Amino acid sequence: MDDQKSIRKRKNSYGQIRAESVFKRSLVIIGAAMVVLVLGIFLTLIIESIPSIKSLGLKYLWGTTWDPVNNVYGAAPFLLGTILTSFLALIISIPFSFAIAVYLGEYNPKGWLSNFLKNTVELIAAVPSVIYGFWGLLVLVPLVRSLEMKTGVLPYGIGIFTASLILAIMIIPYAASLGREMIRLVPSPLKEAAYSLGATRYEVLTNVILPYTKSGLFAGVLLSLGRALGETMAVTMVIGNTSLIPTSIFAPGNTMASVIANEFTEADHAVYLSALIELGLVLFIVTVIINMIGKRIIKRFTNE
Amino acid sequence: MNVNVKYRMGKSKLMQIVIVFLAFLITVPLIFIIIYIFRQGITKINWTFLTKIPKPVGEAGGGIVNALIGSVLIVVTAAVMAIPLGIMCGIYLSENKTSRLSYWSRLSVDVLQGIPSIVTGIVVYFWAVKPIGTFSAFSGSIALAIMMLPILIRSTEETLKLIPFSLKEAGLALGLPYHKVILKVIVPCGISGILSGVMLSIARIAGETAPLLFTAFGNPFLSTNLGKPMQSLPLMIFNYATSPYDDWHDMAWGAALILLFTVLLLNIITKLTTKRWNVQL
Amino acid sequence: MEKIFMIGKKSLAAVGLIAAAVTGFHTRAAAQDDKTILGAGSSFINPLYSKIFADYNQKTGIQVNYQSIGSGGGILQLTNKTIDFGASDGPLNDEQATKIGVPVLHIPQASGAVVITYNLPGNNNLISLTPDIIADIFLGKIKTWNDPRIISINKGVDIPAFPILVAHRSDGSGTTNIFTNYLSKVSADWKTKVGSGGAVNWPAGLGGKGNEGVAGLIKQTPGAIGYVELIYALQNKLDYAKIKNKKGNFVVPSIASVTAAGNVKLPDDAKIFITDTDASDGYPIAGFTWALVYKEQNYNGRSQDRATKLMKLMWWNIHEGQQFAEALNYAPLSKEALKVAEKILKSATYNGKSIL
Repeated sequence: MDDQKSIRKRKNSYGQIRAESVFKRSLVIIGAAMVVLVLGIFLTLIIESIPSIKSLGLKYLWGTTWDPVNNVYGAAPFLLGTILTSFLALIISIPFSFAIAVYLGEYNPKGWLSNFLKNTVELIAAVPSVIYGFWGLLVLVPLVRSLEMKTGVLPYGIGIFTASLILAIMIIPYAASLGREMIRLVPSPLKEAAYSLGATRYEVLTNVILPYTKSGLFAGVLLSLGRALGETMAVTMVIGNTSLIPTSIFAPGNTMASVIANEFTEADHAVYLSALIELGLVLFIVTVIINMIGKRIIKRFTNE
Repeated sequence: MNVNVKYRMGKSKLMQIVIVFLAFLITVPLIFIIIYIFRQGITKINWTFLTKIPKPVGEAGGGIVNALIGSVLIVVTAAVMAIPLGIMCGIYLSENKTSRLSYWSRLSVDVLQGIPSIVTGIVVYFWAVKPIGTFSAFSGSIALAIMMLPILIRSTEETLKLIPFSLKEAGLALGLPYHKVILKVIVPCGISGILSGVMLSIARIAGETAPLLFTAFGNPFLSTNLGKPMQSLPLMIFNYATSPYDDWHDMAWGAALILLFTVLLLNIITKLTTKRWNVQL
Repeated sequence: MEKIFMIGKKSLAAVGLIAAAVTGFHTRAAAQDDKTILGAGSSFINPLYSKIFADYNQKTGIQVNYQSIGSGGGILQLTNKTIDFGASDGPLNDEQATKIGVPVLHIPQASGAVVITYNLPGNNNLISLTPDIIADIFLGKIKTWNDPRIISINKGVDIPAFPILVAHRSDGSGTTNIFTNYLSKVSADWKTKVGSGGAVNWPAGLGGKGNEGVAGLIKQTPGAIGYVELIYALQNKLDYAKIKNKKGNFVVPSIASVTAAGNVKLPDDAKIFITDTDASDGYPIAGFTWALVYKEQNYNGRSQDRATKLMKLMWWNIHEGQQFAEALNYAPLSKEALKVAEKILKSATYNGKSIL
């Protein structure tokens, strides 16, 4: 009887060890699958961009003309527009995202008001981007136009600034939600230790909570930035869509994603189509570069 | 009291006011947008709207049921594909902070977040539609799943990273196998953050049009066949909102309101069902 | 290194399994459904199609799934054989025709027009414009409304002295195609500087997305001028200009004048832009929209039944379907266009034998 039990126990533990290694291996496979996925996307983009790369070469990157009729394509104005709008949107949204994250994570984590705010913020992510575009066109643009008239700038109403405003609103949920979770997860003993040493609430925030959650907060910021870089519909309705280098933040401009969305369905010759896909490729590479730089910064700040 | 202490307490109070002010300042435009959608869309909502398929322009009595059911099917399929993958990958990244593979994996996830939705749709078109020769709701789900992954993975990873190591050590010390420690101790501890990621990613894809343009294609009729074209709410909103007819504009706003409401409902249901799992460290 | 290789192999295998499952899933499903006809393309014709196909479904039980993904998208899908028919506001250009390789029938479905719409506060009558003035405005050469050239042909009309702000389409579209085609015909300057196409390098002005983007811009900016579809202008009660046509008459854009524009001798394959029309009462900025089908319907394992169903649908579109056009502000096919369309449809074949 003893023998039977110990045999069963041994069989069980073998089973468990096998289950363990299966689990560990599947973790690794799935981690690798992400890389495979992204590489696959990269490859597809390259393959479909080949006709355009062949005919235009590197000039594509700094050309400033976008002329589908004569097949002269240059991505510079859109590159500039994308980077301007995304970073401006990020800068505008960060104070608000952090404020929401801190408020919901630290000052008021429970209760009906907190739940209301949390749900509102998450709902913002659910509004379809085309609705943002319309809201922006109908509500935000006249507001910006009256602002422009007061400051003496050409009153277009639409332009880089308006697009950045809408983007800022759209990307708040990502940094805010992730930030809130990070801040909530700071272990109480750490905070209590600081309080017992006489720290004020703000000092606990800046000396304990924020350093502890730095990497997570930055990850949230990168998520927000990624969203801003790739947003299409809302931007395209309020940015003015001119293929010229924008002269100021109140001028109209264009972004890579919005050009692709606008012209893809009507692209009627092969070089045009592949020039658009090449634009997607450029956006892809820009995203990789920005992310790599971001990670370098995180590393510098958190010494992980 | 010491002047220094008074200063520090004052500063703390001031910063609290600033932070609360900023947090609520931003909710004003957010609520404003939601109210705007509500006002524009509420006039259209009635039982017919929710249970009939669309009618051609000018005819009364059209509805959005095909888009509603289609959206639910496509989103659920995408979620079923993406959630296990996303959580597992998040677990992998949080458990392996320094290996070479995890660096590239993490980078890939962040890059995935930045790919415009239309590019994802185009790529999935080349992978899953063109070689097979037909549009399908399933290929739309694939595109949406790809878009869900970064948010899921990052939320899971960052949440799990913050769980104190002592929990895992305690579990292992008790003789629990590794996978049981992760799945039954660590993950439930971080469930709030993971769920937040799930909600956010579902909200994100529920409103996406561009990836479905060349994959799920759309369908003016009700269909539940995943291997065939299917309509979805954001597609319909886009088509109707950009048409010249006021009647269709109204329907677009109504559909947007329904979309918002459905996501909110999902949010609430999930919170209620997982309330008992909430942990405070 | 070896580990990476093994991991890579395993994940590729997982992806491959999923792909195989998807493929198996699909090929079974694709073979079954002969009761649905798939079409895609022009968003211009979408409202009319939605009406026609709903009626067709009631009368015959056949479901037609049409999606407005844009003319270019429609042509692309037709080339990839993922749909039964495409719809386009412009005929196949040489490159697209070569890519498809086999003959494609162009069946005119209806006509639409591009109107020049503007925002002039304090103005009550319709403004008149001539082709060269329009071209110069969009080229950026004429910059104010009280330019002597505009005033000289608008005697008796109050024109305030606003600067002209040009609004054009930011997205590729058949509307732009028709408009720029017209401009290229009437202005040699435009033809050399800009050319024609679904999307061009606009020398002046701001871009709005879609008709509503352009109309939105114009509504909000005094002094703005732009171009939108006739349907859009009618539905939204915008002001639009009278335009001098080839025969010298100032024509107001309307359904009648657009149908008249198409009532001219058409080539046998119907691949023609009817801009700058010869018809004396025709509106000069009009164009057909076509349905595109393969001439030889036996491709990709299509059944004879499916081909016949498709052709019957096409026949319906140009006959019974036309009754819905006017109520929705489309210009129905003129007599000439109908004759040519019927002939083209009759030339469709299955295995070489005519279908209709």
